[in-house]
Amino acid sequence: MKAPDLRPSIAVHKFSSCDGCQLAFLNLGEDLLALTQRVRIRHFLEAGLDDPDAEVDIAFVEGSLSTPDEIARIRRVRASARYLVSIGACATAGGLQALRNLDDTHDAWRDAIYASPEFIATLAHARPIADEVRVDFELWGCPINSRQLLAAVSALLAGVPPIDQRDKVCLECKRTQQVCVMVTEGKPCLGPVTRTGCGALCPAFGRDCYGCYGPADNPNTASLARRFAGLGLLPDAIARRFLMINSAAPAFHEAGLIARSQGESQGESDE
Amino acid sequence: MSDTRRIRIDVPALTRVEGEGSLKLRIEEGRIEQLQLSIFEPPRYFEKFLEGRSWREVPDIVARICGICPVAYQMSAVQALEQAFGVTPSPWVQRMRRLFYCGEWLQSHALHIHLLALPDYLGFDSAIAMAQDYPEAVQRGLRLQALGNDLIRLFGGRSVHPVGARVGGFHHAPAADRVAALIPRLEAARQDAFELTQWCAGLPMPEDSETFISVALRHPDDYALCSGRLMSSSGLSLSADEWDQHFREFHAPHSTALWALLDEQPYLVGPLARLNLNSDHLPPPVADSLARTGIRFPSSNMFHSMLARALEIELALHDALALCREYHLPERSHEPVTPKAGVGYGMTEAPRGLLWHRYETDDDGCIRSARIVPPTSQNQARIEQNLAASLKRFGLEHDDDALRLHCEKVIRNYDPCISCATHFLTLDVTR
Repeated sequence: MKAPDLRPSIAVHKFSSCDGCQLAFLNLGEDLLALTQRVRIRHFLEAGLDDPDAEVDIAFVEGSLSTPDEIARIRRVRASARYLVSIGACATAGGLQALRNLDDTHDAWRDAIYASPEFIATLAHARPIADEVRVDFELWGCPINSRQLLAAVSALLAGVPPIDQRDKVCLECKRTQQVCVMVTEGKPCLGPVTRTGCGALCPAFGRDCYGCYGPADNPNTASLARRFAGLGLLPDAIARRFLMINSAAPAFHEAGLIARSQGESQGESDE
Repeated sequence: MSDTRRIRIDVPALTRVEGEGSLKLRIEEGRIEQLQLSIFEPPRYFEKFLEGRSWREVPDIVARICGICPVAYQMSAVQALEQAFGVTPSPWVQRMRRLFYCGEWLQSHALHIHLLALPDYLGFDSAIAMAQDYPEAVQRGLRLQALGNDLIRLFGGRSVHPVGARVGGFHHAPAADRVAALIPRLEAARQDAFELTQWCAGLPMPEDSETFISVALRHPDDYALCSGRLMSSSGLSLSADEWDQHFREFHAPHSTALWALLDEQPYLVGPLARLNLNSDHLPPPVADSLARTGIRFPSSNMFHSMLARALEIELALHDALALCREYHLPERSHEPVTPKAGVGYGMTEAPRGLLWHRYETDDDGCIRSARIVPPTSQNQARIEQNLAASLKRFGLEHDDDALRLHCEKVIRNYDPCISCATHFLTLDVTR
């Protein structure tokens, strides 16, 4: 007689995204096979497993919500999962495609690109998963990496809440003994307000962090924006720093809009 | 009443092709009445996001179009912006871009062959299930994929949305000892890759020939990745700025991706098209490996796509090894860039095929307009054409499961950006 399968089960679901965060699973290499010894993967289209409504212990969700169909689908995912973990910038903050939310430009953009826009069923805004359903844990990053993912899986399997890493990139950068690109080269680095987790990759390559892990705990965006102005960035360029990968994350959203409005009022006073 | 059998096959989740797609197939009285490959991934409007953005931000934005081939998007974009600004990357940069790109071919092709395509041929639902009976084959694939990812990390810090590429070159030149550390792994992987090619050649593939146009880059000196002219098997030779003279994009109502035609004809891009046009540029050890398979290129059998991918893995390893062996730290890792108003075009060979970009910039180097033509949208018309013809040759009398599997295999030959899921077809059969 076959012993019952006692492995906890997981599912990986994709919404509007580039597929890059699911690669945190598929890029595990031989560790992927080790992971499948510990958990049973019930649904993961890219890996060939198709059972979207299976009851699972953990559902990982990649992507943002941008169609009416996706709203219905995320509700079903929530209903069949014990824990729901959103992975990546699209799922946690809307992602790059949330740029379309900024000026309510969606309809105009759609009509400019598609000859038959009446066939394109989309919502006006790209939204994070937590806008629609309860999310138990979020993994930030564009993309998330395998290290974050395995840490979260291990914690949940051990029955403890995963550790929420909300420190700033600066701390990680200092620990790895990088030279500060803002202090030494005057580059507009977002490290002081961005959540850790990437390994401070950009400063290690001599470039300024562009915020792909989203806002850190207590980000002092106002002060950083003033610093950027001191480095010679015009308001529009400051706005673009905050309004990129995580433009809909509240702290970055607000900082970006403040910089933008300063640009507009300067523009008016110039006239 | 078997002659009035009606079949409807719906593929609700053929994921990732710039996202999600589906297939609809309706057969009535032995005739294909409807066959549509629909792409309905919610549009993400990248070309619009790019407007008003600085040239510095472009590589980071376009990477997010695809998590599987971000390097391709970055390389086509920087090439186009360099043309707009009149910047010529140094020979070091050009060689290192090829090395960076080899990493992406390696990881993407290894992922596709092992995790997405092989289970079809060995009778499994997924590579995870396959690993129990074929552990060495799956582990070999995962090792090759990991090596590709490590090559990308060398220049990009991470393999998905790497952070190292910029207009003019790279932000950073890797230390020589990090490059040297990869050499023994690349050497060992060549044997893996050779065995993979021979193994793929030995898998039972349908004899399924049909006439189609291949389109790929071709360069006088090497197997083209990120340089050369656009060639077609119909005899065209174009520079990137001549694209619009022969290619036309249009919006098919059942899709959110634009379609493309070459002189009003469907055409193929990707590994098989590349090999069909460039097999004379395979380096000697890879050409020998191909010769041992006994299969000749150009090939008109789409099922030789997997073999073409395996050979390109061998090519990527061969070239990566040569580039790593001659590696030296450059004086600088990128050329100085002075932005200006202009128009630039870029085209490179993404793992799935030709990726064409066009940008118009203003005086400050901000983007005024952007156009991006990804490989999967170019292949869409060809996939539909191929499916219809291939199903007829296969025989519409087969049962529904066999028809569905055949459709899936045909579609996966194209590796539509995430050819995804072994079970993306659900059946709705009326008899």
